[in-house]
Amino acid sequence: MDTLECKTTDLSGTEKATLFVEMRGIVKYFPGVLANDHVDFELRHGEIHALLGENGAGKSTLMNVLAGLYRPESGVILVKGNEVNFSSPRDAIKAGIGMIHQFFMLVPSQTVTENILLGLDTPRFRLQLHEYDRVVVDLGERFGLKVEPRAKIWQLSVGEQQRVEILKMLYRGTDILIMDEPTAVLAPQEIEDLFKTLRTMVAEGKSVIFISHKLHEAMDIADRVTVLRKGRVTAAGLDVRKTTLPELARQMVGREVIFHLDKKPGGPGEIVLEVKEVCAENDKGLHALNGLSLNVRAGEIVGLAGVAGNGQRELAQVITGLRRCTDGCVKLNGEVICNRSALIGIQRGVAHIPEDRTGVGTAPNLSVTDNVIMKQYRRPPIARHGLLNMQVATKFANELKESYDIIVPNVETPVRLLSGGNLQRVILAREISGQPSLMVAVQPTRGLDVGAIEGVHRLLLAQRESGAAILLISEELEELLSLSDRLYVIYEGRIMGEMKIGAEGSTPEMVDTVGLMMTGTLLEQIHKGEAERNV
Amino acid sequence: MEAIINILQAGVASGTVLLFAAMGELFAERSGVLNLGVEGMMLVGAMSGYSVALATGNPWLGVLVAMLAAGLLSQIHAFIAITLQADQVVSGLSLTFLGAGISLVLGEGLSKAGTVSLLPVASIPLLSQIPFLGPIFFKEQSYLVYIGYLFVPLAWYYINRTRPGMHLRSVGEYPAAADALGINVFRLRYFYVFVGGVLAGLAGATISLAVSPGWFSEMTTGGQGWIAVGLVIFAQWDPIRAAIGSYAFGALRRLILDIQGPTMLLGMRNPFYYNPYWGFFLQMLPYAFTIIVLVIGSREAVRKRLGSPAALGTPYIRGERGL
Amino acid sequence: MSENTSSHPAAHNKRFSFILRLEPRLEEPPRWYPAAVSFGAILVALVLGGILIAIAGGDPFRSYAHIAKASFGSIGVLSDTIVKATPILLTSLACSIAFRMKLWNIGAEGQFIMGAFGASAIVLTPILPADTSPWIFIPVMMLAGILMGAIWGFIPGFLKARFNVNEIISTLMMNYIAISWVNFFIFAVWTEGGFQMSHKFPENAWLPRLLDYAKTIPAFRGLTTHLGLLIGIIAAAILWLIIYRSRWGYEIRLFGDNPRAAQYAGINITRNTVLVMMLSGALAGLGGMSEVTGMVHRLQTSPLAAGYGFTGIIVAWLAKLNPFVAILVSILFGALILAGREIQPSGVPKMIQGVILVCLIASDFLMRYRIRVVRAGEEA
Repeated sequence: MDTLECKTTDLSGTEKATLFVEMRGIVKYFPGVLANDHVDFELRHGEIHALLGENGAGKSTLMNVLAGLYRPESGVILVKGNEVNFSSPRDAIKAGIGMIHQFFMLVPSQTVTENILLGLDTPRFRLQLHEYDRVVVDLGERFGLKVEPRAKIWQLSVGEQQRVEILKMLYRGTDILIMDEPTAVLAPQEIEDLFKTLRTMVAEGKSVIFISHKLHEAMDIADRVTVLRKGRVTAAGLDVRKTTLPELARQMVGREVIFHLDKKPGGPGEIVLEVKEVCAENDKGLHALNGLSLNVRAGEIVGLAGVAGNGQRELAQVITGLRRCTDGCVKLNGEVICNRSALIGIQRGVAHIPEDRTGVGTAPNLSVTDNVIMKQYRRPPIARHGLLNMQVATKFANELKESYDIIVPNVETPVRLLSGGNLQRVILAREISGQPSLMVAVQPTRGLDVGAIEGVHRLLLAQRESGAAILLISEELEELLSLSDRLYVIYEGRIMGEMKIGAEGSTPEMVDTVGLMMTGTLLEQIHKGEAERNV
Repeated sequence: MEAIINILQAGVASGTVLLFAAMGELFAERSGVLNLGVEGMMLVGAMSGYSVALATGNPWLGVLVAMLAAGLLSQIHAFIAITLQADQVVSGLSLTFLGAGISLVLGEGLSKAGTVSLLPVASIPLLSQIPFLGPIFFKEQSYLVYIGYLFVPLAWYYINRTRPGMHLRSVGEYPAAADALGINVFRLRYFYVFVGGVLAGLAGATISLAVSPGWFSEMTTGGQGWIAVGLVIFAQWDPIRAAIGSYAFGALRRLILDIQGPTMLLGMRNPFYYNPYWGFFLQMLPYAFTIIVLVIGSREAVRKRLGSPAALGTPYIRGERGL
Repeated sequence: MSENTSSHPAAHNKRFSFILRLEPRLEEPPRWYPAAVSFGAILVALVLGGILIAIAGGDPFRSYAHIAKASFGSIGVLSDTIVKATPILLTSLACSIAFRMKLWNIGAEGQFIMGAFGASAIVLTPILPADTSPWIFIPVMMLAGILMGAIWGFIPGFLKARFNVNEIISTLMMNYIAISWVNFFIFAVWTEGGFQMSHKFPENAWLPRLLDYAKTIPAFRGLTTHLGLLIGIIAAAILWLIIYRSRWGYEIRLFGDNPRAAQYAGINITRNTVLVMMLSGALAGLGGMSEVTGMVHRLQTSPLAAGYGFTGIIVAWLAKLNPFVAILVSILFGALILAGREIQPSGVPKMIQGVILVCLIASDFLMRYRIRVVRAGEEA
């Protein structure tokens, strides 16, 4: 328990604007965890207010309460001075509060207009989509959001889908827009567009609550900031101009945050993974990979940066044998492994840390032991002549529990009872214990708290030192820049460019270049542009 | 020619049974709930409809009670699948057993209890005179058949062109989105499971009070509830296709029955008349066809990348923190 | 505002001085809990069943007492119960292995029938002459039963693996096809004097029964318990070994819990789907074989229409897919069927089975959620 005081901005007389929203003493409890511990929050008219905190700090929960999705155990909410009691999101929307979630609530098979109209009382019975299409387009123009009303959601890009979500709320006349991690799925240029839209909305009299764990973005766009940590407010309504990045970070985490890692200089060896001109389709039959090439050597971490949805998932699946490629090939240590089975990859020492821990990486109702032998159950000493030796398996599981610090009553516990961080340790333990020659890690630190993230990074660096080739696919640029020896950028299924990251780490110019590549500019064009400007 | 018309005419009537059952299942599945208790609900409907008609002399009352009884039964499944979030497959199956068992027990002795007045039959004046199609569809068919004709386009319009239909579709595709916008996912699912049960009961009453009058314990439905479920998959959850499939199957069943009757078939000695046991192979046909229809339907779904309502079979849990 | 705040739909506000709150379980319940819940569910089911019997005009107490006496009242009756339990044991094993992979094999009925057909074909075609030694007859018939059952399971398995055809419907359709198929042979090919049954099997083709040894052990007089029981128990043991101690069983359990994780682990889904359906069919087929060679000694419609395949589903579920528990539960259901024969109205056993299954499934809920009684105004 640290003793940092809760800091607030002093509301001196002349600046005291009427409060749009006031939340006082909000308590929200989930089985086993107190998500909001007597939280106060204030929103003024015409401001953009950022709600900061680590994963699991309680920001989404608090806003879900405000948006009518959860009922608090206790506390009071006032909107425009009147006490309100929301029993469903509908009530909140009627009061002018709308929430756009991190994972969009759009029905993929229905059109933009249908999604915008969903849940409303008009049209009464007959759907007259043509008229409403026009209304939607008009509304979009007013706020600078371009949409195609007849398009089906699954056909739209993530940025376009976000626009539909915003329009959905604007259509309902919401004055207060809550956005949950809106920039997680956007490229730097798209983020600028979003910020422009938000400023337009504020000029029209709306207010925005912006949930994020990204400090610099919050400082860019917000007027005021509130910080949550472990369910409590550590800084309330701070004026952004009167605080600094390190200060906010400390409020978020409670101690000095170390932004640098201990990375030894690398000496990469032979090429382990070779991906050449690979083409592949995604689940919808659209092109996901369009002639992508990259390579990874032993003893190095190669990062793959890119906005979500540009083919990263499909690439990981092709490499690990879970997806066919329609052209090109993938070689591991010279042997072709593409379009063969996932089993070949496993047998040849390919480790895969999947994006989806619970949906793909583990079997929730099976024990820790069962989960941990998932890649090794075919070989001795765990299996002989088709039979499993459960004693050996249990011993193995216990050893891993010790060395990887997996917090669990015993190894027979079903893994669905484990927390996110522990689950990731189980997966890492399993994959690393196979002494892989290639590791494909996809979003390995998503949703983890700072301590767990540090642990994952340490393990990856340790693997790098023992000579494994690591492909790190991530959406966290900072993570990629601090861990990778080399960095590729993927856009629409192709590599835009490759960058070496030396021992000194990354520079702001590097970040800009990467940002440009993430939105579709080839590296050569960037260099050409620079050369022309330098002439 | 005459014979073919007769067979098709009876086939339309028989197909109406499948139509109602399939429509009911279609609505339930569109809302995201798999209801495998159709067979049991049809049995309950058939038995209760018949017994009420017997007791009161009014077949329409029988139809009404049949629909209500099956609808009530469906709510057990709704409670287990929606509120208790149990596995929908096993829950539906258990309801088939329950429905079959209850109808057997309560329907004891019905078959010997006397005759019952059936639902009225009618011909539509102008339409029944259309050559070939007229006598098949519009001549001396039970009122229920005509209701079936009207039901199909209405169902299609409801699902695709109305607001409540849009809500239904969203609940089956992405209930979280519907929930976030204030649509009560649970209430809608309960309702459409009820609709499924009611229509299954109607299908059962159609059997016992119109198409194959009587109560023959489990043989009354003879697996038609299951065929209806298969038809929904083949129909890709579209009412028009479901109707086409139902009538086609109805015609097939009648064909199988009637082909064994005459001594001459297509100008030759009828092998099915002279070897009556070959009839057993004929009996296999509807079931084999259902499998074939399923293969076609499944392949098409893969090809068009369409498929079932995305949330079908998964209980909706208002998401709290995920891992 | 201390309202009931669980977002679970069943947790509505109750204006008592205390509030019922439903919470998802965070830990595993104690080991005795699942059994207690199942037991409670059966009790509730029996009560409900009794009510339904009363509505239908019967006397529930007499019915239940009759069931108890008629199935466990004496050694002879106990033996009869076991005889009824034997086919159910095998079909429940068949269902349990398929269900572990979330393959809903409703076709145990048809696979059972085809197994009986296969065994009968050996005798009635005849493939083996009537004076062949039982040491040859019986294993060959077992093989035939297993083979026919496996084929009947292979077809829907293949359709599912290759075309993703819904196995519930395809296995059900195969049931009806099997019935027609075997009826043809009973009525038209192997019929005995035009009745609904085939010739009696030669004695060498009968599974040995306890009463065959009555000369040496007089206590065995009149006991019709046959070798099928032993076959069933051995099958249960082998199945247990496969599921919990073999690589294949691990793959089955992994797939049943999370198919995508199984794919990620490199398991061949297609091959496993087909093999498990074949194994399931084989077990049910074995059940069919044991019924016709051990019980009735001819191919006839009545044991084939008794619904053992469907009862197997319920028993598998009640046994929580555990092979050894299935042995006990099959005996319980054997009792139900045996005594149920004489109960009026005659649909009662089937109805009770349905009620039990419904209550069981509903009770699963208590495994995942926990009901807590909280005083109003108290902090959670």
